[in-house]
Amino acid sequence: MSLRRIRFYGAAGQIGTIAVTLLGLLLLTFFIGRLMPADPVRAIVGEDATRETYEQVYRSLGLDRPLWEQFFYYLGDVFTGNFGTSIRTGQPVIQDILHVMPATIELATFAILIGAGLGVPLGVLAAVNKDRWPDHVVRVFSLFGHSMPIFWTGMIALIVFYAHLGLVGGSGRMDQFYIGLVEERTGFLLIDSLVAGEMDVFWSAVNHIILPAALLGYSSSAYITRMTRSFMLDQLGQEYVTTARVKGLSRSQTIWQHAFINIRVQLVTIIALAYGSLLEGAVLIETVFAWPGFGQYLTSNLITGDMNAVMTCVLIVGIIFIGLNLLSDVLYRIFDPRTR
Amino acid sequence: MDARVQPTFRLPAPVQALKNIVLFLLKSPTSTFGLFVLALLVLVAAFAPLIATHDPYAQDLANTLQAPGNGHLFGTDELGRDIFSRLVFGARITLTIIFLVSIVVGPIGLIIGTTAGYLGGKVDTVMMRITDIFLSFPSLILSLAFVAALGPSLNNAIIAIALTSWPPIARLARAEAMTFRKADYISAARLQGASSTRIIFKSIMPMCLPSVLIRLTLNMATVILTAAGLGFLGLGAQPPLPEWGAMIATGRKYMLDSWWLVTFPGISILSVSLAFNLLGDGLRDALDPKQMNRR
Amino acid sequence: MEKTILEVENLRIRYGGAPTDAVRGVSFTLGRERLGIVGESGSGKSTVGRALLRLLPGATITADRLRFAELDLPSLSEKEMLKVRGRRMSMILQDPKFSLNPIRRVGDQVAETYLRHFRCSKAEARDKALAMLEAVKIRDSKRVYDQYPHEISGGMGQRVMIAMMLLADPDLVIADEPTSALDVTVRLQVLNILDGLVRDRGIGLIMISHDLNLVRNFCDRVLIMYAGRIVETLAAADLDKAKHPYTRGLLAAQPRIGGGRAPLAVLDRRPEWLEEIA
Repeated sequence: MSLRRIRFYGAAGQIGTIAVTLLGLLLLTFFIGRLMPADPVRAIVGEDATRETYEQVYRSLGLDRPLWEQFFYYLGDVFTGNFGTSIRTGQPVIQDILHVMPATIELATFAILIGAGLGVPLGVLAAVNKDRWPDHVVRVFSLFGHSMPIFWTGMIALIVFYAHLGLVGGSGRMDQFYIGLVEERTGFLLIDSLVAGEMDVFWSAVNHIILPAALLGYSSSAYITRMTRSFMLDQLGQEYVTTARVKGLSRSQTIWQHAFINIRVQLVTIIALAYGSLLEGAVLIETVFAWPGFGQYLTSNLITGDMNAVMTCVLIVGIIFIGLNLLSDVLYRIFDPRTR
Repeated sequence: MDARVQPTFRLPAPVQALKNIVLFLLKSPTSTFGLFVLALLVLVAAFAPLIATHDPYAQDLANTLQAPGNGHLFGTDELGRDIFSRLVFGARITLTIIFLVSIVVGPIGLIIGTTAGYLGGKVDTVMMRITDIFLSFPSLILSLAFVAALGPSLNNAIIAIALTSWPPIARLARAEAMTFRKADYISAARLQGASSTRIIFKSIMPMCLPSVLIRLTLNMATVILTAAGLGFLGLGAQPPLPEWGAMIATGRKYMLDSWWLVTFPGISILSVSLAFNLLGDGLRDALDPKQMNRR
Repeated sequence: MEKTILEVENLRIRYGGAPTDAVRGVSFTLGRERLGIVGESGSGKSTVGRALLRLLPGATITADRLRFAELDLPSLSEKEMLKVRGRRMSMILQDPKFSLNPIRRVGDQVAETYLRHFRCSKAEARDKALAMLEAVKIRDSKRVYDQYPHEISGGMGQRVMIAMMLLADPDLVIADEPTSALDVTVRLQVLNILDGLVRDRGIGLIMISHDLNLVRNFCDRVLIMYAGRIVETLAAADLDKAKHPYTRGLLAAQPRIGGGRAPLAVLDRRPEWLEEIA
């Protein structure tokens, strides 16, 4: 249950907590980077460089300094936005990441809409029918989504829905012959194609995003369903639900107008966390669907052993997670009258 | 011997508890399925050489990419190896991963959690902050980073998974330890002069053990999926090991024409992770005091 | 007692999965009066109240007769029950801390009763709710209207509850331990408000309580329940003349200012009370 992350920031001292966590994050990525058995100098200078060149690069990377000093250099680099250049693309890593991010955000957003759209109603359905057959069906359905190896389901789905049935687009963000047709403004293809008025490209993009997004969404809906069910069960056991029924409200009015509005805040929180965890699924699904996003960037750098790019990716994921935690806290405070 | 003084036979308490839990689980069809699949996994792994029809590593280049049937139950792969036999031996790898991750993660999580929970104060704050940092990554991404740093191999994948899956266990053990910390028998031990180490190891840890074990079971589905994902990305078990995720990765190239290469390993991963999830779900019910009168 | 509004005969209730009935053959009638139902926890008194509103999911309710005004309650469809609840029969719950929805403004929750049962605009419902809040002696009703339950006191919360449940002018109100969650100091105040409204509007009241003194002062008649049965029915004024040993036991277990210093009597519970018919 990788998604089960406890909201760990209290109201007070939040900034301090975040700063400490961020620092820890940097320490972690720094040390993982240093753990690497591969030689960063060799990666730059090549196998047959002279000893002098090697020494020079070694010093210029600061590798002759003590570890703690190196860490401070690393900190300084991070805060000035200097994450180094990617050996593979020759571009600054941060620029690479910013370039691939929209594709992933587009996919993840589509996926979370599907995941929440599926998970929340199913969770409510399960809670309302606790221990009856809809509850059991929902439970098995969502556990199934939680259990599938998403890279495998992705392949099978491609074989079935693309190769055999031809219902959806295949790999990539759009059909081959559309590539380059739409000018990249935001990086979000769905938006860019609409802005450019290229409806063909837009529909091609929809066709391509729907399958990976549906799979990601289904796998994240498992967690959303489970949490919705448990939040809802808490609420349905409350006295105010009886009050609403005594007033003459129907069962469904009570569920949606009274119980459900009480779990909205908690739902926003877990959906935010689920959104972050989609990044995890994205790494695998992007590989299967040749989706030119963050996940694919990360894995292709892993394979070429470009540690600088890898560690920056990991750091960014960590920062996104902290950001989402913070966001869910803020939303909590906006939505819940008791915290105002 | 006089029948009246003969003590009635009783199983030791933990065995008795385990028996009750298993009996409860068998009442639900989904948990029964989970138990059944896991039992099957263990049996297959134990008797792999007897069950397998072929040598899992034997190449037969004359018979590559054979469809299921013709002496190969699940067909053959791109090197003519028997997929069924590879899956059977792959069960051993899966069990190894589960076993090794458990024996690393359990003690680490337990020690960190109980120490933080029992000592409280600054120790607790520092330890929980560290836990939070690990928790602030999705586990697959962090495992990726570790494997990338350590170099791709099955052992390193196991280490990486272990390094990323202790924090939820530590959190749980801490929460439990904090509830026991104030108990009278702990104060009694302290008043007798027992050291903190002794109290943590002798009194707190045994109390936290059952819930930690359950949590480990619950985590196993994630562990299996992460391991398979690492294998799929080429960062886990290396060829020619018959690891299920790696088998899918190599089969990917042939998947449009030879569907069996990816289908059967995928079903194996899905069944085992589903089995753990169903079992975990059942365990949660079994240990929910609202549902069971005991405990 | 000019007109009977509720007739209950041989009411039996069994919760789903329970081996025995929680309520075992209760019979009583109610006119435009204030009826108290007294008993210990678990005696089935609250269950009776909820059964009248048909709000016991999973429980089986049987009765030889269960008439509310002109309606035969067991034969009504759920849709017809929706028109009864809140409009003709309502219930005041125990603790406003839990019985009000924590994230909705209290005024809106009161107005909802009106909106549910009458065709009217939101503004109209709001006016009705404000008037009702004033009727339960909430000064500054406009301000309270916009507050959330956690911002008001328990006594105020229970007055809001009364307003909510009396707004649609029902024929019968069931008050399920309406003051046991409140501070002693505001109990009387809340009860006086409820009592005044019930008398003024000629509403039938069933007061479910474990507090004999409260029932004695605010009810006309009292039913004593024990283990799912009515053991004795008395006029409130005659409570001291109770004949049943269980009722006498309950009375003896009450502390009294100026009473003896001897330890209070402990209730004696006899198995034969379980079966005898009151």
